[in-house]
Amino acid sequence: MKRNAAAGIVLAALVVAVLACLPLVVKKDSTINLLVLVLLYVVLASSWNMIGGYAGQSNLGHAAFFGIGSLVTRLLWIQGWPFVASLAVGVASAIALALLIGFPAFKLRGVYFAIGTLALAQILNVTVGNLLPEMSYNPALADYQLLPRYYLFLALAVLTIAAAYAVVHSRLGLGLMAVRGQEDAAESLGVSALKHKLIALVFSASFAGLAGGAFAYYHVSYYLNMPFHPTWTFDPMMMAYIGGAGTVIGPIVGSVFFVLIKELLVLNVGEYHLVIFGALFILVVLFLPGGLVEAWDKTRRALQRWMRSRHRSPVGTEVR
Amino acid sequence: MLESVSQTLILGVLVGALYALVALGLSLVFGVTKFLNVAHGELLMFGGYASFWVFSLLGLDPFLTIPTTLIGLTLIGAILYQLVFVRMVKLPEEAKIKNTLLVGFGLSVILQNLALRFWSADDRGITASYSSMAFTVLGVRLPLVRLASLLTALVFLLALHLFLRKTYTGKAIRATVQDWEAATLMGIDIHRVYFLAFVLGAALAGVAGTLVAVNYSIEPSMGLNWTLKALIVMVLGGLGSITGTLVGGLLLGLTESITSLLLSSNYREVVGLVLFVLILIFRPQGLFGTKEG
Repeated sequence: MKRNAAAGIVLAALVVAVLACLPLVVKKDSTINLLVLVLLYVVLASSWNMIGGYAGQSNLGHAAFFGIGSLVTRLLWIQGWPFVASLAVGVASAIALALLIGFPAFKLRGVYFAIGTLALAQILNVTVGNLLPEMSYNPALADYQLLPRYYLFLALAVLTIAAAYAVVHSRLGLGLMAVRGQEDAAESLGVSALKHKLIALVFSASFAGLAGGAFAYYHVSYYLNMPFHPTWTFDPMMMAYIGGAGTVIGPIVGSVFFVLIKELLVLNVGEYHLVIFGALFILVVLFLPGGLVEAWDKTRRALQRWMRSRHRSPVGTEVR
Repeated sequence: MLESVSQTLILGVLVGALYALVALGLSLVFGVTKFLNVAHGELLMFGGYASFWVFSLLGLDPFLTIPTTLIGLTLIGAILYQLVFVRMVKLPEEAKIKNTLLVGFGLSVILQNLALRFWSADDRGITASYSSMAFTVLGVRLPLVRLASLLTALVFLLALHLFLRKTYTGKAIRATVQDWEAATLMGIDIHRVYFLAFVLGAALAGVAGTLVAVNYSIEPSMGLNWTLKALIVMVLGGLGSITGTLVGGLLLGLTESITSLLLSSNYREVVGLVLFVLILIFRPQGLFGTKEG
């Protein structure tokens, strides 16, 4: 187990190093943009996973945090604030929204929480669309550079995954999983369900807010209510599930997989990727609750068993 | 002033009856099977397209397209049930609601993108020769299409009511809602009951889609909005009773039209959603609670 964890960290460091050096080799903007998309989805799916996977609270309002982060960051930054300061305020607004939503929403359990958060996010979506219907343009278009954006997203993805990893291996993570398993039992053992769920939501919202801020920095022009659209909830949720909800690696696998099949299908059969992705999501919910991560684990174990039984083949001549 | 108020109220009632029909299928399915099929709005969208195509290709009167839409959506409902939902019948209630919700989202993504491929993202609507006709009674305008929609909605609400009250199958459905174990012991095949309820729900979504296509417009991404409307009506009216659904629909219709009058039509949707969240918080299980079929 220990060795596995060390190997995992080495592997992760290697992947990050490769991604960091990639722009030195790859000069095509389209490739970098594709990677930005993957990294954005990694952050969104991993942050959704903190509340939806580990804490088991199907939050259908994730887009609200992504949206508020991008909205506040964008407005301040366009007005001439330094980007980092705008981003900080953007994240703070996402956290504030999480606290504001969290108290009433966590009065709702299970499916009521799911449809309640969906409704709350839609309220915000429609209201922002009403108040700020115009397109937001980046005034400093002339010196737009892609690479700083790429590195910002890379840093965010690393930060999100590291945070998810740290949470899972902490007391807080254990508490969250206890709440997911049996809320009443957890309460009876002194784990405050509300506190844990709120912390998870704040965690989840702050990373979604960061992603929103980075999105505001990355996009040249977009409608301000676009990041509030419910697809920013559903797509990351499906990615987390397909990869494996409630695992650190699952949302990463899901995001890479999503963008990969999107690209492959667009080249070959047209825009059918969401149809296929939706179908995969249903299959995972029905037959494979652990997602691709679990499928991989199962196959690996089956392979190991098969290998061992082959090594043992001639009767009685087993050498150990 | 008085005229615009009464006009608003009348429109609220006309729209509200339509909302009740939109929610009827979802409410029936949830009441009987505990499946929360959030792809309801997408089924409605498919119903709208079915009517739209029969109307524009065969030139049939929009209200006469309803039988074909019913058949089409019954088929789609049957396929979806047998392919997907049948696998969740045996889950415990809470897991069943959660999984059908997730599966419903998957389905809505699939149906929405298929519609986008088949029929493009264009807004479409059904405009009949009499679409602009209206009666004026005491200074209040009553558009003919809206009246016909009201009538259609009421006919279907009443038909379902009579079906559940008077027929043997309807009684079997109600028995299953009350206590599925006892119903099984009495020789009711609850799998058939579930199947029937689901297919009926899909067919009702289809008719609602026809009315939406006639009164508003249809496009592939419309589903979520209508699913939310159906959920709001369900929560407002309490679950399972058809009268409750009608009351919930009327409440939502009136709330929306009054909001349009006082505030702006942009905030119609928002007010319904706010109402929804408030009820969820302050009467969490209460409004979902009643179980009678």
